[in-house]
Parts: sequence; C-alpha cells; structure tokens
Amino acid sequence: MGDFMDKKFAGDPTELRAPFIYKDEEAIDKPFRMDQMRRLFAYMTLFPRLGWASLAATIGGIAVSLIAPYIIGVTINAAIAKHDVGRLVGYGVFLGALYIANFVASRLRIRYTNWLGQSVIRHLRGQLFSHVQALSFDFFDKRPAGSVLVRIMNDVNSLQDLFTNGVISSITNLFTLIGIVIIMLSLDWKLALITMIIVPIMLLLSTKLREMMRRSWQVVRVRLSRINAHLNESIQGVRVTEAYVRQAENQTFFQGMNADYLDKFRRAVGLNAIFGPVVDFTGSIGSALLFWFGVHMLGAGGGLSVGMLIAFANYTGNFWTPISQLGQVYNQLLVAMASSERIFQYLDTIPSVASGAEAENLPVLSGEVRFENVAFAYDTKKVALTDVNFHVLPGQTIALVGHTGAGKSTVINLLARFYEPTSGVITMDGHDICKMNLHSLRAQVGIVLQDTFIFSGTIMDNIRYGRPDASDEEVMQAAREVFADEFIRELENGYHTEVRERGSRLSMGQRQLISFARAILADPRILILDEATASIDTHTEHMIQQGLKVLLQGRTSFVVAHRLSTIRESDQILVFADGRIVERGTHGLLMGTKGYYQNLVEAQYRFMA
Amino acid sequence: MDIFKRLNRFYKPYQYLLGISLVALVFTVGLGLVYPYLLSLIVNKVILAHEFNKLGLYIAIILIASLVKGGFNFTQQYLGQVFGINAAYDLRNTLYKKLNTQSFTYYDGVHTGDLMSRLTADLDAFRQFLAFGFNGLVQFVLLLGFGLGLMFTMNWQLTVAVLVLMPVLAFVAVSFDGKLWPAYKEVRRSLGRLNTAVQENIMGVRTVKSFAREDHELDKFDHRNDSYYTANIITAGLWKKYFPYMELIGNMEVVIVLLFGGYLVVTGHMSLGDLVAFFSVLWYIVAPMSQLGYQLNNWTQSVAAGERLLEILDAPDEITTPVQGYVGEMQGLVEFVHVSLAYADETVLHDIAFSARPGQTIALLGLTGAGKTSLVGLMPRFYDIASGAVKIDGVDVRAWDLAALRKQIAVVFQESFLFSTTIFANIAYGHPSATIEDVRRAAAMADAAEFIEELPDGYSTLVGERGLGLSGGQKQRIALARAILADPRILILDDATSAVDMETEYGIQQALQQVMKGRTTFIIAHRISSLRRADQILVLDHGRIVQRGRHDELLREEGLYRTIYDMQFQDQGLMPPAGEGNLFDSFAESASASASAN
Repeated sequence: MGDFMDKKFAGDPTELRAPFIYKDEEAIDKPFRMDQMRRLFAYMTLFPRLGWASLAATIGGIAVSLIAPYIIGVTINAAIAKHDVGRLVGYGVFLGALYIANFVASRLRIRYTNWLGQSVIRHLRGQLFSHVQALSFDFFDKRPAGSVLVRIMNDVNSLQDLFTNGVISSITNLFTLIGIVIIMLSLDWKLALITMIIVPIMLLLSTKLREMMRRSWQVVRVRLSRINAHLNESIQGVRVTEAYVRQAENQTFFQGMNADYLDKFRRAVGLNAIFGPVVDFTGSIGSALLFWFGVHMLGAGGGLSVGMLIAFANYTGNFWTPISQLGQVYNQLLVAMASSERIFQYLDTIPSVASGAEAENLPVLSGEVRFENVAFAYDTKKVALTDVNFHVLPGQTIALVGHTGAGKSTVINLLARFYEPTSGVITMDGHDICKMNLHSLRAQVGIVLQDTFIFSGTIMDNIRYGRPDASDEEVMQAAREVFADEFIRELENGYHTEVRERGSRLSMGQRQLISFARAILADPRILILDEATASIDTHTEHMIQQGLKVLLQGRTSFVVAHRLSTIRESDQILVFADGRIVERGTHGLLMGTKGYYQNLVEAQYRFMA
Repeated sequence: MDIFKRLNRFYKPYQYLLGISLVALVFTVGLGLVYPYLLSLIVNKVILAHEFNKLGLYIAIILIASLVKGGFNFTQQYLGQVFGINAAYDLRNTLYKKLNTQSFTYYDGVHTGDLMSRLTADLDAFRQFLAFGFNGLVQFVLLLGFGLGLMFTMNWQLTVAVLVLMPVLAFVAVSFDGKLWPAYKEVRRSLGRLNTAVQENIMGVRTVKSFAREDHELDKFDHRNDSYYTANIITAGLWKKYFPYMELIGNMEVVIVLLFGGYLVVTGHMSLGDLVAFFSVLWYIVAPMSQLGYQLNNWTQSVAAGERLLEILDAPDEITTPVQGYVGEMQGLVEFVHVSLAYADETVLHDIAFSARPGQTIALLGLTGAGKTSLVGLMPRFYDIASGAVKIDGVDVRAWDLAALRKQIAVVFQESFLFSTTIFANIAYGHPSATIEDVRRAAAMADAAEFIEELPDGYSTLVGERGLGLSGGQKQRIALARAILADPRILILDDATSAVDMETEYGIQQALQQVMKGRTTFIIAHRISSLRRADQILVLDHGRIVQRGRHDELLREEGLYRTIYDMQFQDQGLMPPAGEGNLFDSFAESASASASAN
C-alpha cells in the first residue's frame, strides 16, 4: 500500500497542490530552414499575375523615393543657388508629377499586395481544412480539439503578415537599399562610404534588438493568455468558487499571475522604449559624419555642391526605413518557420482510412452484416478486440452489452469504418467494407451517438443534417415520428429556434431526440446507436423510449444498450468482456445460463425501482 | 471625461508617473527641433558664410541633443506605459474580486463571452489610452505648436503656405480612421465566424463523418473563409483609398516648400539654410498629422470601454454578508417557512414549507423547471427569497455570516465543473490544506479512487479545459469527492450522479450514509431508485410542493409521484420473471427492509 501511494502521488509535490495549472502553447519560433521556406513561397507562385502586378507597382514606388531627393538636390544647386526661377518652376512641376505617379503606384501596390497575401492565406487555410477533414479518427482521437483549431486558425493567420507585407516589402526594401547605395556611390563615393558606416549598426539593431523585443512580447502574450484562461474558467466555475468560499485563495493566485504579467509587460515596454532613441541616435551619428566630412570636402573643392550634400542627408535619412523593415521580415520569417512546420506536419499526415483508387461504390444494402475473425488494436500495446465473429440478418436488432472498455465502442468504430480491423474481415451483403468507397458506406450506415453534437443554427438545420435535401415538411415529419415534435414546438421559435454554444439550451434527452430525428431522416440501412446512460427527465425519457422503437424498425441495428427493455427486445445479444464475445443469444436464453449476462442484469436490476 | 473621473481610483495613485512623463515629453519635442535649427546654422553659417571653426560645435550639439532627447524620450514612453500598466493591474484585480462575489442571479443574466471581452478588449483599450493615448494627444499639440513656432520665426509666408494643406491632411486622416474601425470590427467578426465553423467541425467530427457530410462542411468553411477574405480585402481597400492621399498631401507640401521657398530664397526673402531646415521640420509634423485620426479614435474607444468596465464595477452587490453575522457551528436543522422566490417578475417558488432535522435525507422530485435547483440554492444563499424565511439552526440564513454559512454546506452541481489543475487540487478545492490521505478517502467514498489511481499520473493528472478528457460520470464523482472533503453539515446533491450507472450510484449512496450520519442531505434526482430511501420526499410541480412523504406512502397516493414511478416501472415491467421468480419483488423487499432499519 505504501509503495502504491508513493507512486500515485509521485511527481512535483507543488504541482499536485497547484491551485491552477495552465499549459502554454507550442514553440513560437524556429530556426530558418530553406526547404520549408521554398515550400512556403511556392504558394505565392500559384497567383503569378498578382505577384507580378504587386512587384511592378512596388518598383514604381521605389523609383520615386530614389529620384525625389536627387531632384531636390539638383533644384537647390541648379535653380535656387543660381537664382533661376524658370528652372525652379520646371523642377518643382516635375517633382509634383513624380509624386502623382507615386500616388497611383501606391494605390496599385496596396491593392495587389493585399490581394496576393489574402489569396495565399485563403488557399492555404482551405487546403489545410479540407485535408484535416479527410483525416481519420486516430488523428482526432489523439489530440484535443483545441490544438487542431489553433493550427487551422492561428498558425495560418500568423503567416498573413508575411504574405501580405513581408515578401513584397522585403523585395522592395532590398531594391531601395541597393538603389540608394548606387546613387550615393555615384554622387560621391568617398562620402558615401563614410556615411555607410552606420548601415551595419542599423542592420544589427533592427535584427537583434527587434528579436529581443519580439521575444519579450511573446513572454507577455503567453502570460496574458494564462490570465485569460483563468478569467474564463473563473467565470464558468464561479458558482463552485462561491459555494466553496474559495475567493480569498483565488484572489491571491490571480494577483500573483497579474503581478507576473505586470513585471513582464514592464520589461517589454522598456525594451520598446529604448528602441526609438537608439535608432534616433544612430541616425544622428550618420548625419554628424556626413556633415563633418561633407563640409570639409565642400571646402576642399572636391566637386561636392551644397545641393548634393542636402541630397546626401536625405538619402541617409532614407536608409533607416528599408533596413528596419528587413529586420521585421527576418523576425516574421522565424515565426513563420514554427507555424509552417506545424501546418506542413498536418498536411503530410496521410489518412489511415481512405477509399482506395479502385474502390467500388457499395450497392444499396439489404442489411446483412458479418464479422469474421476480427481483431483490432488502437496501438500495439492495447488490444481492443480479439477474434470476434458474428452474423446479422437484414432487419435484426443486435444489443451490444458489457462493461466500459469491453469492446462495444470498438465494434461501432469498425462498423462505420472509423477504424479498420487489424486482422479479419467485415462484410455487408458480402462486400468487404474496407474495399468499398467510404462515402457510399457511410451514406448507408447511420450513427446515433450518446452525446449528440448540435451545430449552431436552427433546430430545423440540425435535423436536416441527416439529409440536406429534405423539405421542411419532411424534417417535421421525421421529428413527429420519433416524438421529438412536442418539445420542439414548445421552444420559443419552434423549429426555427437558434441553438448556440453546442446546444447548451437543450437537455441531454432533448439532444438525443434531435439525433433520433436526424437519423430517421437519413433513413440508413444499418443503424448504430449508443444509448445514453444519463438519467433523463421522466417525461423526456418516455419520449425517447417511444422514439427508439420507431427508429429501430425495418433496419439492421446495433445498439450499445443500457436499458433492459432495449436489450430484451433485441434479436441477438452479444456480451463483451475484455475484447471478446463471451456470450450470445436472446435474453430468454441467456437468463437461464447463470452466466456473465445474467449476473450483469441482476446487478443492474437490484438498484432499479 | 466623466467616465475617467469615475475610474480615477485606479490611476490616481500613479498620476505622478504621468506627470513626469509629460515633462519629459515637452523636452523630447523641444529637443527634436534642435536638429532642423542646427541644420539651418550649418548651411547658413558654415557652408555659406565659411565659418568652419563652428562646425565641430554644431555637430557636437546635434549629437548631445540627440542623446539627451533619447533619454527624455525613453522616460516619456516608459513611464507613460508603466502608468497605464499599473492602473490596468489594479483594475484587473478589482474586477476579478468583484466577479467572484457577484450573485448567482447576476450570472444567470450574463454571457461568459461578453464578460470576457470586457475583461480583455475593453480593459486593454482603457490601458492604451492611459499608456500612450493621452501622451499622443499632448505630443500632437506640442509638435504642432513648437514646429509651427520655429517655422514662423524662420519665415512666416512659407509657414502660411504650408498650413494651407494641413487641415486637408487632418481631415483625411480623421475620416480614414473613422471608417477603419468598423472595417476592422468586421474583420474580427468574420474571423470569429470562421473560428466557430472550424471549432464545431472538429468537435463534431464524428457526426460529420458518420453522416458523410464532409462536402457540406467544406462548403460552409469555404463560405466563411471567403467572407473573411472579403472583409480583409475591404479593409485593404480603405487603405488603398486613403493612405495614398495622405502620402500625396505630405509630398505636395514638399513641392510647395520647394517652389515657394525656393522662390523666396531666389528673391532674397529667405536664406538657403532656413529652407533646408524647413524641409526637416515639415517631416517632423506631417507624420503626427496623419496619426491624428488614430489618436482621436483611441480616445473615443477608451471612453466606450471605460463605460463597459464601470457596468461591471457598479453592478449592485445583491448578496452580502451581514454585519456581525452568525458564525456558530452548524447542526443542520433546516426550516423553510412559507418561502416564495421570484426571478425578475416570475415567481419560481410558492409558499414552500418544510423542515429537515440533522441526520435526515430529503429528496426532491419533479419535472424539469419545477423549481428543485432554486429551492436547494436558498440554503447557501445563492438567491435571496421574496417572502418567508429560510432558517438553519433556527437562524435566518440572511443573518448568518455568509462565509460561515457556505463553508458548512457543500453543493454538488448539476453540471460538474472541474478547474484546470490536478485531480488532487480539484478535490481539495474547498479545503486546500487537505492531506493526501483525506483526499484519497473522499475519492474512495465517491467511488472515484479506483479510476483515478488507474490513470498513469494518478492524482497528479491534469484535468479541465486542456487536460485529460474525463467522462461525465467520472467528472461527477470528482465533484462529489470535492463536496465530501469539505466535511459539510448539509450536503446538497443536485442531480449529481445522473451520469453514473445505477450500480455505482448505489455504492456511493451506501458510503454517503456513513459520512452523513447525523448530518442533513438533500438529493435531487430523476430516478426513483436514487431517492426511494429518503426520509422525506418532496414532489415539486410548478414551484409548489404537491406531495410529500416517504416512498411507500407516496406510492399509495394518486399523483405525480405514482405517475413518474409508473413510467419508470414500465421499463422494467417488460422483464419476464426470469429464472428465480420476480427479481423486482425481491428487491422491493430488501429495499424496504433497509429503509426501516434506518
């Protein structure tokens, strides 16, 4: 006992008693990888016209920003210094025309870069979603819904900036930088080299300091998401907190996480506030060097004019923007490496259950089902089913009985081909279901789960989920048949009542009635039903009993049964224990055997009124 | 301004930070004009007047001014931000405290999503205005004042020419921002819808696949993905419409300065150095001009946000502890004296009267909406009654010290809620200092110990939103263990074992009988089997007690209890007398035997 206790309470003792624990997201950035980058950018080549248009518009803008300082310099030299009003007007009008051209280029640039970026994002998200949609159950069973959602939404969104601004602007900025360097070198190569001393410093600042800033903001964001997780949970669980008078402890905990956030926020803000002044000062050093050497070169008569010195000053000022933006793109890339890795990981996952290329469509079934030596394991260690054999005739109702974990759910998963057997064959009307087209199979196999999933929308939409082309009248008819009509009509807008937040307004029993209506509307040849265990409002329970009878009529049905009435009325009972069928037969037959089933029934029975 | 005044207790303690920040801001803006001014001196005196010996001095001043300005700028930004963060810190703590003491009635009327958006987006909008919104507006005024002042001293005609386009720029900037906010709101809205579609799809993947509705889901997704795309393109369209204009107006200012300024230099009304400096000052004030819309919007947004925060803070405290409330050790004697309860205008409970002695089990039965949950919620004062009195140990619950009252009553709610932490901490929620043994014992009584110990991490297993997914029955048993560990004098089980099977429920009830000896238990259940052993069964219908008594008494009466019993019995009635006679009869005997033994 002592040993056992030690093991069960092993681990970090502070964690055991931690008032709340919030796990953080996955890695936020990753080192640069060329192959991944290539794969990422291949998405842009899907929209070549938008790509070229963006580039053309951007280059137009660059040209203006490169020429304008030169024109101003020339104007000072050739017009103002020489008191030539005619030339002054000429240059001024030319500059104005240039700016108007830039205006047009700007509009086109904004339009095309956004088109391009948003198109890439839309495409990538669509591809990821439809791929995930096609993945099999083992994929979804292994990870929480939240983490899949984060990839489709947040990871894709984090690439948005890169595709709308990042790529085009980094090309622009490279051109601008090269352009400025060439112009400065051609104006005066000595002065150009001297002023360019600050470029490496700026480059370093814009990448490294920015990286530090980004990191510290990430820390802030992680802290904030913890705070938000806690706030959300505090609101949802507030009744428990008040009932157990936990306010004081929780306040201490919250103030702790709030103070931690405050601390991290201050640090990030501090780094942020340093950035501007440091950049500013670096720029001043550049100007100081320029004037110190420039003025002396003017005096020495090296061919440098006042106008060109001013032009130089303007160009030096223009260094900063492209370098700063390049630093930003570099940081965007590191983030993109992490999110694209996660995205590609999903895209590269192959569905474990899929229709083969030559898979035939399953013909309309009569409903005969056969399991031959079926075995299944979810992973190599855990065997879920061993050597399962049974034969079901069309129209029969089969009750699956046994304790939790005995293998009933696995049989359901195999019947609907959510998973495929490790060995053995499952046939329907003689066709091996694993060789058939998946869609044609599921169109004929209907499933009613224990906890019915309700989509946001109207009740009408939710029932129609079973058969999209059903008319309103057919939907209502289906609801009437399974006795769901009564409670639906009592809702404020009847069939048009909106259900949100996963149907939280409906009780468990009502949700099950809706799923009955859904199933009867779909009218499957083979029905799989997982009866709800929960105790349900007596009146609703009564409706469910009635609805169930209607639902089972005229089709082959497999029921994971909890109600004795359902079990008793079935044609065959399969009793599962440890992944095997241990007993089979009708209720009358099995009740005489004093076996596993009889034990089970009597145990249940003892607690019923 | 009124909104800010009403929230001033949060930022007043830190106002000195804003004060220092503003002083630093004045210096920052002032020193920013040193460069344009010295530029004009370098051109006029050094280059044109050949006073080369002054160059070193001027350059040194530029560098020093830049350094000092950097220091002020850092101080200005940093302290402004800290001012905002500190106020947000206090505000967040206060909001949290407030939310943890709000009445159940309050929570019946609000949505989690709405509260969350106030606690996140609104709180941040408020912080932003304190942190840099206010500074931004001051900076705008200072820049305009100082910049124009310097320009006027250099040349008033040119300044007037430059001023012509400024209002146009301000107008474009303000109207742009006015349109940008709604557009971004639409982007967020469509993102929210897309998010819902994906989330539902993943959570309902079993339903989707079993109905082979992947194509429908793809259509739905594509549609929302398109709307999100369109919202983004519309927003980009606004940028396309306005941003080039702002850029153009700024550029046209350059053309004006070049043409008119150049003319003034040519005609000898202005020096070349001043013209160069003019360019420099121009850039200094054009940038903030195009930000004006953003600054003003930041202000209006923060006022609206402040209002929404005040709604939370000013919500009345409906249920508070009395001054010098009763704090005695509870015995568990409960009396309801002609109790009526109303939510808004609707009366939920009518004239409820009964009493329960310590050691008794009281069961409540009735259809959904009959008022069972409301009734039991009156004992820990989750709601206050309209008339009558609820007394515990002869003391009106409104005279009890609220914490003392609630600590001695444990409730297991209909929906079992687990927090994101270990199973251990969840069970110990009401009694954080509990020992490992205590927790284990409580878990065993709730029939939870077995499955918990089979988990790889045992009691250290993380549960809650991102933790391990437990079944409904497992969650209920952990919630029950939590209540048992709280060692209550009154235990309330609100349909608390609905998701566990009957066999387990029976075991739990046996264990509870031991723990609750001499204490009072209230059970709400739908299954007759869960409540047939109660000392008193209250049958509720539309907020009234329509029947009361023990199981066998109620069975003999015509009424709701019998009707419900018959409905549940019908299910078993299908059982044949299998093998050894009628199983039901033998059960009924043993049950009544155990009931009379109590």
